[in-house]
Amino acid sequence: MIRVELPAGLRVLANLDREVTLEVPAPVTPRAILDALESRYPVLRGAIRDFITDRRRPLVRFYACRQDLSHEPLDAPLPDAVARGEEPFLVIGAIAGG
Amino acid sequence: MSGVRVLVGTKKGAFVLTADGKRDKWSVNGPFFSGWEIYHVKGSPADPNRLYASQSSGWFGQQVQRSNDGGKTWEPTGKEFRYDGTPGTHQWYDGTPHPWDFKRVWHFEPSLDNPDHVYAGIEDAAIFETRDGGATWKELSGLRDHRTGSQWTPGAGGMCLHTILIDPTNPDRLYVAISAAGAFRSDDRGKTWKTITKGLNSKYIPDPTAEVGHCVHRIALHKSRPDVLFMQKHWDVMRSDDAGDQWHEISGNLPTDFGFVIDVHAHEPETVFVVPITSDQEHFPPEGKLRVYRSRSGGNEWEPLTKGLPQKDCYVNVLRDAMAVDALDDCGVYFGTTGGQVYASANAGNTWAPIVRDLPAVLSVEVQTLR
Repeated sequence: MIRVELPAGLRVLANLDREVTLEVPAPVTPRAILDALESRYPVLRGAIRDFITDRRRPLVRFYACRQDLSHEPLDAPLPDAVARGEEPFLVIGAIAGG
Repeated sequence: MSGVRVLVGTKKGAFVLTADGKRDKWSVNGPFFSGWEIYHVKGSPADPNRLYASQSSGWFGQQVQRSNDGGKTWEPTGKEFRYDGTPGTHQWYDGTPHPWDFKRVWHFEPSLDNPDHVYAGIEDAAIFETRDGGATWKELSGLRDHRTGSQWTPGAGGMCLHTILIDPTNPDRLYVAISAAGAFRSDDRGKTWKTITKGLNSKYIPDPTAEVGHCVHRIALHKSRPDVLFMQKHWDVMRSDDAGDQWHEISGNLPTDFGFVIDVHAHEPETVFVVPITSDQEHFPPEGKLRVYRSRSGGNEWEPLTKGLPQKDCYVNVLRDAMAVDALDDCGVYFGTTGGQVYASANAGNTWAPIVRDLPAVLSVEVQTLR
């Protein structure tokens, strides 16, 4: 099972706990995780990536294993620790500053 | 038993305030959608338990929420607002063409007779409608395709379509207002539109009497006389007696004619309320005194209403969608502030009291009269 952590705004939206576990087919990529996430929680469609282009929303970030993967291709395989469920895939709302 | 339900949108969630017809004891429910900006919440005149809420976030985009039980529970509904066809461009701040780009829903206006039929005003300015209770949204692109559309330029607050009025005697007739663009009327349910800006005079645009470019902040009408419109413009309070074909100024003795809200008494079509704000750079009440001004003569002669409102050290703003009236026998008036207060008057403004004092900044206030 893949572990996904969501930011507070999306947890409120989908009425979820901090961490979600998902069945994701291999290879485990950001796109595969988001497809599975949005399939189970349709309210999240459009909230992480654009409906049409699939581009990550500008103020959303993807982290895993202490790496910022936001600028990696959506189809790039994630670290093995994520694929094995040892580490979560983190969806982050970028800091607002101030 | 009569009562009222006040629907409050704030920077960090929605709140539902309820009271019986006396309007002296209130219950505060919320926040709903905690942490999200709620630009507007509005109920259907045809089914008061059907509510629509615009939920948005700079991080996570637009959501639309719907309630079928007066705001006790909510369900997400359709949130895709795609401009019709190839959107084209409007004018950007630097004078260059800029593609239309959806940002958020500012205002919902449910139709008068069908709870599944709702108009939505969005930024970048356009009007959409749903006929299936919010599941799908379709643009009424005749507005954006108006021959002036490519000239519209956002102001500092963005290019938002924030006001939608339906003529209660003629559902073919719609009015909309757009910040920094102006006001428009349709007589065919939104297929085609004409500008209604004759008589407006705006010193902040190169040609003060141009057809477009006027920063209209709010328009209101009374259901018994839908051809009479009242407008709070960036500066100037205006009136039209012919459905917007011609406007004249009614600022009269107001201490300042800058402001955002304007509304009309539920039973007296010549009684109008505004909240004067110092200036376009000073978005707070003159002299730190929060005063609603009321005209009982359709404008020009205004009286300050101060009882129960702070009369010193008050530096809040009242945003364009943050005033509403109820339809009980003694008309109730409500407004919310950027300081998080929601004030109510159960006697047409003679006296005021806060319903709640410490909400997040209030973006919108709507009232439902429940009988």
